Amino acid sequence: MKKNFFRREGVQSLLASLICILLGLFIGYIVLLIINPKGAFTAIMTVVKNFFTYSKPSAQAKYLGNTLVKSAPLLMCALSIMFAYKVGLFNIGASGQYCAGTCACLYAALKWHWSWLGCLALAILAGAAFGAVVGLLKSYCNVNEVISGIMLNWIILYGTNMLLTQVKEPTSPYTYPVRAEAPQALLPTLGLGTIFNNNIYVTIAIPLAIIMAIAIMIILDKTRFGYELKATGFNRSAAKYCGMAEKRNIILTLAISGALAGMGASLLYQTGFVQWECTTSSVPAMGFNGIAATFLGGLNPIGTIFSSYFIQHITAGGAYVDKTMYCSQISDLISALIIYLCGFVLFLKFAMNRILDRWEEKKRLAQASAEKGGNV
Amino acid sequence: MVNYYKGANQLDNTYAIEMLNITKRFPGIIANDNVSLQLRKGEIHALLGENGAGKSTLMSVLFGLYQAEEGIIKKDGVEVHINDPNDANALGIGMVHQHFKLVECFTVLDNIIMGVEPVGALGILQKRQAREKVMAISEKYGLHVDPDALVRDISVGMQQRTEILKMLYRENEILIFDEPTAVLTPQEIEDLMQIMRNLVKEGKSILFISHKLAEIMAVSDRCTVLRKGKHVGTVDTNKTSMEELSAMMVGRNVNFHVQKGPAKLGEVVLEVSGITVASKVHKNNAVKKVSFKVRRGEIVCIAGIDGNGQTELVHGITGLEPLVEGKIKLCGQDISNASIRQRNVKGMSHIPEDRHKHGLILDYSLEDNLILETYFQPRFTSKAGFLKRDNIRDYSEKLIEQYDVRSSQGPATRARSMSGGNQQKAIVAREIDKNPELLVAVQPTRGLDVGAIEYIHHQLIAQRDDGKAVLLVSLELDEVMDIPDRILVMYEGEIVGQFDPKKTTEEELGLYMAGAKRMEVKA
Repeated sequence: MKKNFFRREGVQSLLASLICILLGLFIGYIVLLIINPKGAFTAIMTVVKNFFTYSKPSAQAKYLGNTLVKSAPLLMCALSIMFAYKVGLFNIGASGQYCAGTCACLYAALKWHWSWLGCLALAILAGAAFGAVVGLLKSYCNVNEVISGIMLNWIILYGTNMLLTQVKEPTSPYTYPVRAEAPQALLPTLGLGTIFNNNIYVTIAIPLAIIMAIAIMIILDKTRFGYELKATGFNRSAAKYCGMAEKRNIILTLAISGALAGMGASLLYQTGFVQWECTTSSVPAMGFNGIAATFLGGLNPIGTIFSSYFIQHITAGGAYVDKTMYCSQISDLISALIIYLCGFVLFLKFAMNRILDRWEEKKRLAQASAEKGGNV
Repeated sequence: MVNYYKGANQLDNTYAIEMLNITKRFPGIIANDNVSLQLRKGEIHALLGENGAGKSTLMSVLFGLYQAEEGIIKKDGVEVHINDPNDANALGIGMVHQHFKLVECFTVLDNIIMGVEPVGALGILQKRQAREKVMAISEKYGLHVDPDALVRDISVGMQQRTEILKMLYRENEILIFDEPTAVLTPQEIEDLMQIMRNLVKEGKSILFISHKLAEIMAVSDRCTVLRKGKHVGTVDTNKTSMEELSAMMVGRNVNFHVQKGPAKLGEVVLEVSGITVASKVHKNNAVKKVSFKVRRGEIVCIAGIDGNGQTELVHGITGLEPLVEGKIKLCGQDISNASIRQRNVKGMSHIPEDRHKHGLILDYSLEDNLILETYFQPRFTSKAGFLKRDNIRDYSEKLIEQYDVRSSQGPATRARSMSGGNQQKAIVAREIDKNPELLVAVQPTRGLDVGAIEYIHHQLIAQRDDGKAVLLVSLELDEVMDIPDRILVMYEGEIVGQFDPKKTTEEELGLYMAGAKRMEVKA
């Protein structure tokens, strides 16, 4: 029997993601209509356009660069969540691990003046360590990883604020700018910035994140390690039955997941693009947006590259919404709405299969009754 | 008053329930194909068929869980539409499910009145009334329960009586029993049958789903047989025989007995001495100081009622649970504290009790399931840690061919989409192809049709004739009597009897399984 085109896994994922995006934009548009009908269409188009708002190609290239700079850490967070999810774990602690990575790389750069590689490595280690804590609690004490992950997020956040206060500017709540105070910690650019109209923030972070996505895909699909991890994720009892070290696998998974999130932080903060605000009172949204990017990307590492870019694209686009017509929070609201709808991908795939089932059943019944000579 | 009219001028109200020409399709299969079932008032009507014959589907249609595409249901001669279980309940149809639907931490009485609690003004529960009614029913039908005991503390038999009381409390007239004897001891089965007889005497009508021929012959008035979704026939039980019923059920004459030669015993492969395993359910030990040996060339069967420590015993032997005390030796080597992987590598194979929980990773492909315990070997994994996909494909194709595992897309089929029989064949293939010294098979034929059961029995005997040690755990008396060379009966975590299957009877085993008798067994 020929397989229905719409039954293919890839087609379904792509279709579901696209529908989610359209649905999110549509609901965002409705919300804008309710708030102020006059500027709604322009506003939603502004969100979609992002840097295309600028007419000059040079400006467009520069701001595309900026969006990409922020996409790289988001991709890392999405990979972090996806990796854990493939093993049946929901690493909502990615935000905290990202925060720990931030703390580690900034502290090492500004306080100890480490080189970029050292800072990157420390950020990865910090993320991995906190991931491992969640993993240890999960495998040995059977503590739900969502609960311990969320609670740890706050501990990490306030710990970060406390430590980074030592390297903050005396007159503002922000940490010293890395570019000025610790240029040795900046990620190498390899001249990549020239492509984006000399955007100094474009570094090896972007290709590095993409390489990580490919590496994750290879690990999960092609290696014995991935085979074991996925087996543990699908069925922990069966993994134990066939002699896999299922406890070790859980700890390792969450440590790797944490390492990816921690690395994400380093890929943003070591470009000098942003500074940490030491009075931050909420965990960075990066980890949570990573959840949306994971699902929007169809739980596929390559899909995640595109979904992370898209989410960053609309988040950045939100900033250009006309503030005279809408209050300044509107950009966050619209991107949050779209991101929220992105989480519906799995549900949509399920619904699609239901529709296909019914359709095929009808066709089969019609065929059967036709064979009987219309004798139903 | 109960009337039986035969022939053309039947009165409509002869039948309590009629299901006429029911057809129910699921994608890819017709679960019920033009099936009719007529339940007379005051009769015990058995519904017989193999797994997958469509018994459960038919009952689910009657209970309102599924809607039939064709056919009608009549109650007392009037056509009715049953859209959900509430409709069924309103029509007086009640069901005792195979897996009881009781709240463990509630008392028997609370469970019985749940959903139809008698409430007075301001919604205050009026339990005294309910208690009187329950006690009256319990007395009338001989359903002995302790209304104030918590369900989790009472025996399985009493839990089942609670379920029956639930139906009677709701004044159901038509009672469906879904494989009610599967979890009972032989003595409890006898009690249940007496209760069923009492119920029909009082005018209730009973549908009794089973695949145990002896029980059907003993208790039912008529029997409807289904095979592959089709109605094979309805017969009067007193005018038929077990042989005829089984031929109707399977579609051919079944050889009830497996042919096997005498056992050629070799050296001891598995030596279990004084092992104790803790229970996950309660605070006591599930296995208490059990000792036995299994030699090359023999099949030893652990028999017993479900829940007497067999599962924990196997978990202790295979390493899924740690031992509290005792020693296990495999081919002379102490493996009491060895990991599961070490036990596997040293020659232990395990066909697990629950193939979905332990035996397979349902979301993996068939080929990935076939290498579940060997994936780390150099033939499947390169030194750098990459899987050798070509070798895995070749190997799985070989196993699929050799063990006749059928699936829609060969090695790439998702295990979830395979039939139960083929899933089990895949596990058997994987475990036997490891060429083990010891094969532990736990209820290897559970839920399989007769063809697959024959196949698995032959594989077990082939292993024994090949000089392997086989430890079989079974709840099916037929299997216990037929396959092994030695039977050990387990009761409340202890071995209470050892028998030669040629020199014992099911009745004798039943007494030991129920704890009525015991003997000293030396390992």
